[in-house]
Amino acid sequence: MDNKYTLQALNVSKNYANHKALDNVSIEVPAQSIFGLLGPNGAGKTTLIRIINLISIMDQGKVMLNGNPINTKDIANIGYLPEERGLYKKMKVGEQAVYLAQLKGMSRRDAIKQLKYWFEKFEISSWWNKKVEELSKGMAQKVQFIVTVLHKPDLLIFDEPFSGFDPINVNILKEEILNLRDDGATIIFSTHNMASVEELCDNIALINNSKTVLSGEINEVKEKFKDNLFEIAYKSKSDISLSPGNYTLKETKRERNIHYANVKINNGKVPNDLIKEIINQAEIVSFREILPSINDIFIQQVSSNQS
Amino acid sequence: MNKIFLIIRREYLSRVRKKSFLIMTIIGPVLMAAMIILPAYISDWTEATERKVAVMDETGWFFEKFKDQDNVKFYHVYGDFKEEKDSALLNGELFLFIPKTELNIPVNSELYSTMQPGLNVTSYIKSVMKHEVENKKLLASGIDPEIIKSSKVNINLSTIRVEDGGIEKKSNTEVEVGLAAFAGILIYFFIFMFGVQVLKGVMEEKSNRIVEVIISSVKPFQLMLGKIIGVAFVGLTQFLLWILLTLIFVGAFQSGIFTGENDLQIIGQNNELLNNAKDSGISPMVMINEIIGGIDIKVMMFSFIFYFLGGYLLYASLFAAIGGAIDHDTDSQQFMLPVSMPLVFAIALSGVIINQPDSNLAIWMSMIPFTSPITMMMRIPFGVPLWQIWTSVGLLITGFILTTYMASKIYKTGILMYGQKVSYSIIWKWLTNKY
Repeated sequence: MDNKYTLQALNVSKNYANHKALDNVSIEVPAQSIFGLLGPNGAGKTTLIRIINLISIMDQGKVMLNGNPINTKDIANIGYLPEERGLYKKMKVGEQAVYLAQLKGMSRRDAIKQLKYWFEKFEISSWWNKKVEELSKGMAQKVQFIVTVLHKPDLLIFDEPFSGFDPINVNILKEEILNLRDDGATIIFSTHNMASVEELCDNIALINNSKTVLSGEINEVKEKFKDNLFEIAYKSKSDISLSPGNYTLKETKRERNIHYANVKINNGKVPNDLIKEIINQAEIVSFREILPSINDIFIQQVSSNQS
Repeated sequence: MNKIFLIIRREYLSRVRKKSFLIMTIIGPVLMAAMIILPAYISDWTEATERKVAVMDETGWFFEKFKDQDNVKFYHVYGDFKEEKDSALLNGELFLFIPKTELNIPVNSELYSTMQPGLNVTSYIKSVMKHEVENKKLLASGIDPEIIKSSKVNINLSTIRVEDGGIEKKSNTEVEVGLAAFAGILIYFFIFMFGVQVLKGVMEEKSNRIVEVIISSVKPFQLMLGKIIGVAFVGLTQFLLWILLTLIFVGAFQSGIFTGENDLQIIGQNNELLNNAKDSGISPMVMINEIIGGIDIKVMMFSFIFYFLGGYLLYASLFAAIGGAIDHDTDSQQFMLPVSMPLVFAIALSGVIINQPDSNLAIWMSMIPFTSPITMMMRIPFGVPLWQIWTSVGLLITGFILTTYMASKIYKTGILMYGQKVSYSIIWKWLTNKY
């Protein structure tokens, strides 16, 4: 059957001896998209990722890959970059990359061929015969990224992929993640870097205290949490006046001769009503809706959950 | 299956290629060969300096009876006791004084020297004096010493052990004791050395955070087993290389240094047996072959390899579990101690076992899988009933399957736990709960 979702984790629960790590958590990851798995530390993200990778066993629920319950054969079809990742320090970079690729089921020849391609792409071919202990943390991270995507899996899971990278390499990595999606891969990534979520993700889910707090397409989520807040830029000699009750003036500022005002619309009024009200008072330069950032939503959701 | 092979291969190659492996491989046989060669070589060396012995013989019985030896020359002096003694000692010589006694039978004598006279000198003097006095006494009682000499025979007492089924084997306790102690210590050493390598390997994977990368591709059990088997092959390789190199070293020394009859004699002096062999006219080489033949080197080799592997698998899986459970090197002690206790216990009791290889204690210890590799190896040179060997083998196999199963449960939970202070109660939870 044709499946809209590459991965579905449905009503997954997991208990440890002393606490509930996951409580009826569900996520649905559409095919060929980038899915952001968000949540504060200890929310249960890593547990969920480990369950998807069959490293941990769930107590209840099911995980479906392309519409079928996931099993050990699917592991070759998943690329997983754990948050806690390392390499054998004494092994040579190339040899180690080949070994890890072989463990994923690639043939030696294929692995070497693909590795050469990626090493050239990342301009790190000279590292092949270096020992891992000679590499910096960021360099080792690059090697790990390559090993994760090398076998061209349908599903890629990155847990904090940007940690340890400098801004230049973060950009290279972002670009590669987008390329991978465009080439047909489905990507789940978990991060605390909210800016990268806005930039990359098509869908997100927020897990807090072992539960899914919100999930959905990123713009829908923003729509849902929008505050009817608009920014008006205008030119005028004096401040504008708004009928109280219907509008709340949140913030104003002035840059050279342009005024900016953030206005919240109340009482079922629509943006056009606001424009009507201002249009006679000032010359409108721009008018735009202010959607909450994922960062704001994250902080708001997590802190309201905790109180 | 293919993945386990990949893991075994990596574990094996990464260790065999290490410099420390090469160094151990060479040093081990050098030490072992030295243990065989050095005693003979050293005694040869210490005898090399020539000594002179001034003999003051008041009895006159021993005139020209002391014959010059390779490194010891004798000459007679007749002056004043004190003067002669002082001048001999001043020249770094030995001074032998045989006083006249009332009974006129010289059984007491004194040997003066500024340093240790050496066993060879004293035993030669004693044997000459004994021989002469005995002859004189025989003559005095009217017996021709030549008759006594011709009637002397050498008795070779071979102890033959009759095993179940009436199979007879020549045995020699001294060689067996040596072999038993050596085999037991070697097993102990091997289990520890390679067991700790597994522990270190697991800890490396855990502390380097590589373990999660790997168990997203293979099952934790495969990783653990692959490591254990890989290291086992390293151990076997080392063992076989040691045997081979030791034989080569010993062989090279024997053909290079101890070529003549004289040298064989020197080696012989270190072994009463070989002396006997010489006396009875049997060549020492034949004698060695006969002794070793009585022990059955093949059985020793095979049982060594089996008990090494069995004991190693048992302990290595426990060590792997410890390595998986703990976070830091410093935590390893509290878990290592109780686990390695039985091994230390078996070694500590080795004296008792070797003295009474068929005692109840020895039999029990050679059955319990935690001590059987060492204890059974110590018993085997003395001969062990077949049913005991098979029971012990069966128990050891059951034992390591059980420990491997338990260890894998601890291991797979432990390797993903960071920053947790591990205690026995937590490990018990890992064992009993489903994670």
